[in-house]
Amino acid sequence: MEKSPLIKVKGFFFGIFAGLDRQLGLILLGLAAVGFFTFLSASQNTPVQIADELRNLALSFVVMWLVSRIPPKWLEMGAVWIYGFGVALLIAVAAFGLIKKGARRWLNIGIVIQPSEIMKIAMPLMLAWYFQKREGIQKSWDYGVAAIILAIPVFLIARQPDLGTALLVFAAGMYVIILAGLPWKWILPFVGLGVIGILLIIIFGGTICAHDVVWPFVHDYQKHRICTLLDPTSDPLGKGFHTIQSMIAIGSGGFFGKGWFQGTQAHLEFIPEKHTDFVFAVFSEEFGLLGNLVLLALFFALIKRGLTISASAPNLFTRLLGAAVTLIFFTYAFVNIGMVSGLLPVVGVPLPFISYGGTALVTLGFGAGILMSIHRHRRLVQS
Amino acid sequence: MVSFKKPDLDSFQERIHIATLFVTFCFLLLITRLVWLQLVSHGKYALLAESNRIALVPAPANRGLLIDRNGIVIGRNYSALTLDVNAEEVKGNVDQLINDLSEIIAISPRDRRNFKRSLEDSRNMGTFPLRSMLNETETARFMANRYRFPGVEIRARSFREYPYNELASHLIGYIGRVSQRDKERMQAEIEGAKADDPDALQASFLPGIQYVGKIGLEQSYETVLRGVPGYDQVEITAGGKPVRTLSSAPSVPGKNVVLSVDIKLQYLVEQLYGNFRGAFVAIEPETGDVLAFVSKPNFNPNDFVEGIDSVTWKELNDSPQKPLYNRPLKGIYPPGSTYKPFMALAALENKKRTPSQSISDPGYFDFGNHTFRDDKKGGHGIVDMQKSIVESCDTYYYMLARDMGVNMMHDFMKPLGFGQITGIDLQGEARGVLPSTEWKKNTFKKPEQQKWYEGETISLGIGQGYNAFTILQLAHAMANVANNGIVMKPHLVKAIEDPFTRNRVLTTPKESYRIDLNAENIEVIKKAMLEVNISGTSAAAFKGTGYQVGGKTGTAQVFSLNSKEYKHGSTAEFLRDHALYIAFAPAEKPTIVIAMVVENAGFGAQYAAPIARKALDFYIEGKWPKEIPEWKRAP
Repeated sequence: MEKSPLIKVKGFFFGIFAGLDRQLGLILLGLAAVGFFTFLSASQNTPVQIADELRNLALSFVVMWLVSRIPPKWLEMGAVWIYGFGVALLIAVAAFGLIKKGARRWLNIGIVIQPSEIMKIAMPLMLAWYFQKREGIQKSWDYGVAAIILAIPVFLIARQPDLGTALLVFAAGMYVIILAGLPWKWILPFVGLGVIGILLIIIFGGTICAHDVVWPFVHDYQKHRICTLLDPTSDPLGKGFHTIQSMIAIGSGGFFGKGWFQGTQAHLEFIPEKHTDFVFAVFSEEFGLLGNLVLLALFFALIKRGLTISASAPNLFTRLLGAAVTLIFFTYAFVNIGMVSGLLPVVGVPLPFISYGGTALVTLGFGAGILMSIHRHRRLVQS
Repeated sequence: MVSFKKPDLDSFQERIHIATLFVTFCFLLLITRLVWLQLVSHGKYALLAESNRIALVPAPANRGLLIDRNGIVIGRNYSALTLDVNAEEVKGNVDQLINDLSEIIAISPRDRRNFKRSLEDSRNMGTFPLRSMLNETETARFMANRYRFPGVEIRARSFREYPYNELASHLIGYIGRVSQRDKERMQAEIEGAKADDPDALQASFLPGIQYVGKIGLEQSYETVLRGVPGYDQVEITAGGKPVRTLSSAPSVPGKNVVLSVDIKLQYLVEQLYGNFRGAFVAIEPETGDVLAFVSKPNFNPNDFVEGIDSVTWKELNDSPQKPLYNRPLKGIYPPGSTYKPFMALAALENKKRTPSQSISDPGYFDFGNHTFRDDKKGGHGIVDMQKSIVESCDTYYYMLARDMGVNMMHDFMKPLGFGQITGIDLQGEARGVLPSTEWKKNTFKKPEQQKWYEGETISLGIGQGYNAFTILQLAHAMANVANNGIVMKPHLVKAIEDPFTRNRVLTTPKESYRIDLNAENIEVIKKAMLEVNISGTSAAAFKGTGYQVGGKTGTAQVFSLNSKEYKHGSTAEFLRDHALYIAFAPAEKPTIVIAMVVENAGFGAQYAAPIARKALDFYIEGKWPKEIPEWKRAP
C-alpha cells in the first residue's frame, strides 16, 4: 500500500529528529521560548532586530542538529587538532592580536575572531581524549600532563587579559580532570583553601579594598570588581551601578513580577546590557520569583539530563566530554545569575539560550549537539 | 578488561552524583538569593525602583519685570528657541557633536565655551542650551537633520533682556547662572526662612532656580523678582530622558519691581557725560526716591546673562576706565568746595559764625608753620558767609575749620549722612571717611599716627584732607538740607507690583530721623547757593533758567579710584582734578537734588554744572537738549 503524503511528511519529520533526545530537546525549546519572550520585552526601544534573534536561535538549533549527527568517534579523532589549532591561534593573538579597550583578545583573519571562545569546547575535548587514551593505564603523572594541557591556554587567555574567559576555560578543564578520577586528597585541600579565602575576603573586605592596598597577581580593575561586589554602594555611579540597578530590578519584581513588558527598570534603561549578560534582570523583574523558579527548574532539568546522558555514555571520552559540556552549561547559568543578582563579581558570561548573541548561541548549540550525539550513538557503540 | 572497566564506571558515576549534589547546592544558593531579593527585600527594592524612575523636572518661574517710575520696562523676559542638549547623551564626545551641529547651525566659540562650562558645573546631569535665539532657517534646518542628533532638541526658553543695553547698567545689575556659591547661600536662606515660616518649604525647590541676580537691583531684589519655580513629576530613564509626565506643580512668577528712577532722566545724564567718567545721583528730597543713579562709563548687562565671554570680560576688567565700577555707590571722592555750604550751616548751628560776620582774606591762611593758599591770588577781600559760598573762598573755611575743630565738624556732618552707609537698596555701598579724632585713633596702628594734628583740621574745611565720601552720600546730605533736616532713606525701588493684578505695594521707607536744624539757618545757606548760580562760580551755566536753582561747584584733588596706578600713557589725564557739583531746585520747594562728579575733568563750574543745568531743565521743565539724541522707547 502506498503511504499517504501525510505519513510521508510525518516520516520525514521524525526522520530528521530520529535519535535526538526528546527530553533535552523539549528543555532547550522551553529555554529558547523564555529567551525569546524576554528578548521581545528587553529589545523594546532598542535597535536590536527580532529577525536577528530568530535567526540566531534557528542557527543554534541547526548547529545542534548537525553536531548530533557527528559520531563521537570523529570528535575524538579531531580533539588534538582542534586543541592544537586553538592554542596556535592564542599564540598568534599574543604575538599580533588586536588591542581593544586595553586587552589583546582578537585576531583579524579577514573577520575578527576571539580564539579564546574556541578553547571553551577544545579544552574538554582534548582532556577527554587524553584520559580516554590513558584509560586503564592511568598513572599519577597523567594528572600532571593534564594540568599542563590545561595551563597553557588558560595562561595565554589570562594574560590577554581576560580573567573571566580564563576561569571558564579552566573550570571546563577541571571538570574533566576531576571526573576522570583526580584523587579526593588532592581536591579537598584546594576546596578548603577556596572557602577560607572567600570567607577572608568577606570578613576583611573593607580593609583590603582600601584605596592604597595593592593586590598581588590581579589587575586594578579586577580588584575593583570584587570590591564593588562586596559593597556595591562604594561606587554607585560606576562599576556598582550595574549591580545595584539589576538588584533593584530583581527585588522589585517580587513574587509574581511586574508582568511582561511592565518592567520599569528594564524599559527605562536602568539595566545595562539588558539583552545580553543582564537579561536575567529583565526576566526576573517581569516574571518575579515564580518565573525564576520555573527558569531554574528548566536549567536544573537540562543539567540533570546532561549528566544522566553522560553517566550512561559508552566510553570514557564521551562520558567525560558530556559531563564537562553539561557542567559548562551549569557554570554559565550559575555565574550569570549569581552575577546579575549580586552574588558574584561582574564577569561577561551569557545566560545559556536566554542571552542575545549569535556566538554564544552557536557555541551552546554545539555543546547541546555533542550531548545529543552522545545520546544518539550510545547503542551504536555498545552493540 | 571488563573487571578493569567496571570500577572505573562506578567511580565515574559516583563523581556524577557528587557533581549533581554540587549543582543542587549552587541552585539552592541562587534560590536563596532570589528569595531574599524578591520576597524578603521586595519592599525596599520596589521603593528604590519607584524613586529611580521618577524625577522632578523644574519648571522655572518667570522673573519679575523691572519698571521705571513712569512705567517704562527696563528689564524684561522674552521667549526664544534654543538648541538644548541632554548632557547624558553627549558624555565624552562633546566636541564631535558640536562640530557636527555647527555644519547646520552657527555655533560660536563662545557658545561652545559656555556650554562646556555648564556641563562641567552640572556634573553631566540635565539639559543645557548650546545656542539660543535660533532663527526660522536654522530651526528648519535642524528639524530636517534631527534624526542625526539624539539628545538634542529645540525648546522655547525664557531669557532675561535689558532692552536699553548699557543704560542704567550699574543700578539694574544683571542675572547670571546660579553658581555653587549662590546655591549654598540660597540653601542657607531657605533654611532660615523655613524656621520662621513652614510654608517657605515650597520655595526650597532649588534646582528650579537657574539664574540669580548677581549685582545691582537684580541682586538686591532677587527674592522678589525670582518667584517660585514649579516642577513636573516625570518618569525618566537612567539617562535622564523624560518618558511621560505624572503630575506637575505650576510655578509662581516673580513680582515686578517698580523703580523710583526716571529712566529718561537717567538716559539724558548718561548721554550728557559723553566720554567722561563720573557719578551722578539725583534724589527727590521729600521721598528719598532716587531719580537718577549714573555711573559712567557703563557696560552692557546683556553680555552677562548667559555667561560673559572671556574676551569681553577681560576688556571690561582691564580697562583703566573701570566700567564695572559702581562709582556713585562705591567711589569715594573728597567733596571739595561742595562741602562749604554744609560747613557754613555747621557754623551757624554751632554758633561759630553769624551770616554777616566777615573775615578779611589776604589769599592765604597761616597755621603753625604751614601756609594754606586760596585759589584766588591776592584773596577775596572782605568775605561774609554768603560771599564765602558764592565765590568759594577757601580762607573763610580754613579759619572756620580751625574755630570748630575736627570733632565738632564730625558731629554735625554725621547725621547728614557723610561717611555713613545711607542704606540704599543696593549691596556693596562704600562708607567713606568722615574724620574725627576717634576715627584716627581707630584707624591707624602706630601711636604717632593715631594722634590728631591740628594742622590736619584746616584742609577739612574745604572738603579735602581725610574727607572722602560717595556721591550718593553727597546727594543724600543735600537732600537732607533741602528737606529741612528730615532724613529720608534713599532708595531705587518704590513699589512691588503683582504681575497679574497690577496691584502695587509701596516699599518706600518712611522718614529715618529728623535733624534739629534752624529753618532760618537753612534759608541762609539756600539763599547763598541760589546766588552761586546767579552771580557766582556757576552763573554762566545757569543763565536764564525758568526756575530758581541753588548750587555749589567743587573741584577735588585726585585720589585716584582704588589708588591703583595706571600704566597707560594717559596718566596725566588721570591726575587732573575731579569736577563736582551739587544742586537743588526749584528753590521754594525742591523736587530734585543733585550731586555729581566728572572725573579728571578740571573745574566743576566748567564741566559739571552744565550737565546739572540740562538735567534740571529736563526734569523740571521737560526741555530736551538739542545735541542729545532723542529718547526712544525700546521696541
